[in-house]
Amino acid sequence: MHTKSVAQLATGLSEGQFSSVELTRVFLDRIAAIDPLYNSFISVDETAAMAAATAADKRIAAGDAVALTGIPIAHKDIFCTNGMRTSCGSRMLDNFIPPYDATVIQRFKAAGAVLLGKTNMDEFAMGSSNESSFYGPTRNPWDTTLVPGGSSGGSAAAVAGLLAPAATGTDTGGSIRQPAAFCGITGLKPTYGRVSRLGMVAFASSLDQAGPMAHSAQDCALLLNIMAGHDPLDSTSSKVGTEDYCSTLQNSLAGLRIGLPREYFKEGLDSATGECINAALKELEALGATLVEVSLPHSSLTVPAYYIIAPAEASTNLSRFDGVRYGYRCEDPSDLHDLYSRSRQEGFGDEVKRRILVGTYALSAGYYDAYYKKAQQVRRLIKQDFMECFEQVDIIAGPTTPGPAFALGAKSNDSIAMYLEDIYTLAVNLAGLPGISVPAGFVDHKPVGLQLIGRHFDEALLLNTAHALQQVTDWHLRTPASATGGHA
Amino acid sequence: MTIIEQSEIEKIAELARIRLSSDEIGQVTARIAEILAMVDQLQAVDTHDVEPMANPLDATQDLRPDIVTEGNQRDAFQAIAPAVKNGLYLVPKVIE
Repeated sequence: MHTKSVAQLATGLSEGQFSSVELTRVFLDRIAAIDPLYNSFISVDETAAMAAATAADKRIAAGDAVALTGIPIAHKDIFCTNGMRTSCGSRMLDNFIPPYDATVIQRFKAAGAVLLGKTNMDEFAMGSSNESSFYGPTRNPWDTTLVPGGSSGGSAAAVAGLLAPAATGTDTGGSIRQPAAFCGITGLKPTYGRVSRLGMVAFASSLDQAGPMAHSAQDCALLLNIMAGHDPLDSTSSKVGTEDYCSTLQNSLAGLRIGLPREYFKEGLDSATGECINAALKELEALGATLVEVSLPHSSLTVPAYYIIAPAEASTNLSRFDGVRYGYRCEDPSDLHDLYSRSRQEGFGDEVKRRILVGTYALSAGYYDAYYKKAQQVRRLIKQDFMECFEQVDIIAGPTTPGPAFALGAKSNDSIAMYLEDIYTLAVNLAGLPGISVPAGFVDHKPVGLQLIGRHFDEALLLNTAHALQQVTDWHLRTPASATGGHA
Repeated sequence: MTIIEQSEIEKIAELARIRLSSDEIGQVTARIAEILAMVDQLQAVDTHDVEPMANPLDATQDLRPDIVTEGNQRDAFQAIAPAVKNGLYLVPKVIE
């Protein structure tokens, strides 16, 4: 059961082949047996999950089910879940029990999906390796000496390790796409504003977006159907209409123009990874797409622009964590200043503190114009590059990451090396565009991903293209030995 | 090339209300200096006449009628606070 796709599970449930209770039990048992190896979950509430499964079975029996009714879904521990700890991978929120559900969580509950558990993540979504979590690093199911990627590394590992059929993640600079690539799964970052951010703990408000992570584009489409849509409680959520993202999966790719930015295929890209990407692109060509060389001239400015804007926005968003209303409070504060500064010293990990400090600096008097304003201007130039390309092509493609997953500990003392892992993903958030990573083969048994970037609100085309690729390749169907070996 | 002094980091840490101990500050300054050296690449870019972009879709703030639509959930929200009394959040004394 645990090797089936969400689509297959939905069929199985509706045909009565098995119940949601049986299905949920399978995944809960697998989590208990195997997750000590991956550390992909922070919280699992078996009682609540079984109660949700029981309710789903009643709904299915009553003929009242929708596509995701009874399907267990894991959620990144950044989405507020009413009555259930939401830690953001941080000591700061280790004791935080939200009194409400994020809109994304509400939508899954309304569909009758089963909340399987909350997944591990880089602290406050800041990271590309899942090593900065207060709850310890997550390990890659393909090779447990390697990172799964981050910051949605727990969700990626849980899906890759067959501990959940699908999961939610969030992506501010690549945090869905990069771990999806490292773990051999499919992950979509929708257009900025496509999915509500209400109840999703904010890292960088102009960059953050929630999205689905699963084994296939079809499964991601099923989840996106639940997640997408305007939310009056999120003033940045878009009123652009949604569609049934499954209905166009089977469209032919004939006439599709795919742009390959020359900046993405030069030094910095591991050559074996480049070969995998080219092989995947050849498959798309065989399906009727035309490959066109394009240019994104300001690509080299992406990392510096992002590492001013994201920390600046984070410094503002994380100022709410002050030990007063919720979360961690230091012991015996001597005065208010001590309460704030020691709660934050003790509650936040090193990477979070670094980024808050960089952001505070970039916004401070005397530096705002040179850093933050400058970065916002460069941001517009980066977006313009994409808009110009989209006059000649429909999709922009390239590697999701410069290479496959790296070893745990390999980059944790080198900030710049870590930040360069996101070199192909950051611009997509800066421009607010949708992007998907799909499995595109293996380098020394380690998965790599092909990234497809679309015009604003063109998620359907990305899912369609990914689905077409997945009908003629089987990289997305491979599973790691650790997931089927069965022992912890 | 040092583009940031330890004393500057101390000022920034004060603005951010994050205490840095004396044994942390050297390391933190060095790590942040690396990041600032990297982002300094932007200084070479010609951006005169480029409008800064705060929102990737250049979206503007939606407005709604100024009427009350939400209920009072203070008790639910304060149930998870470190210290409350009579509906107020308790902190160390501020005024002498």
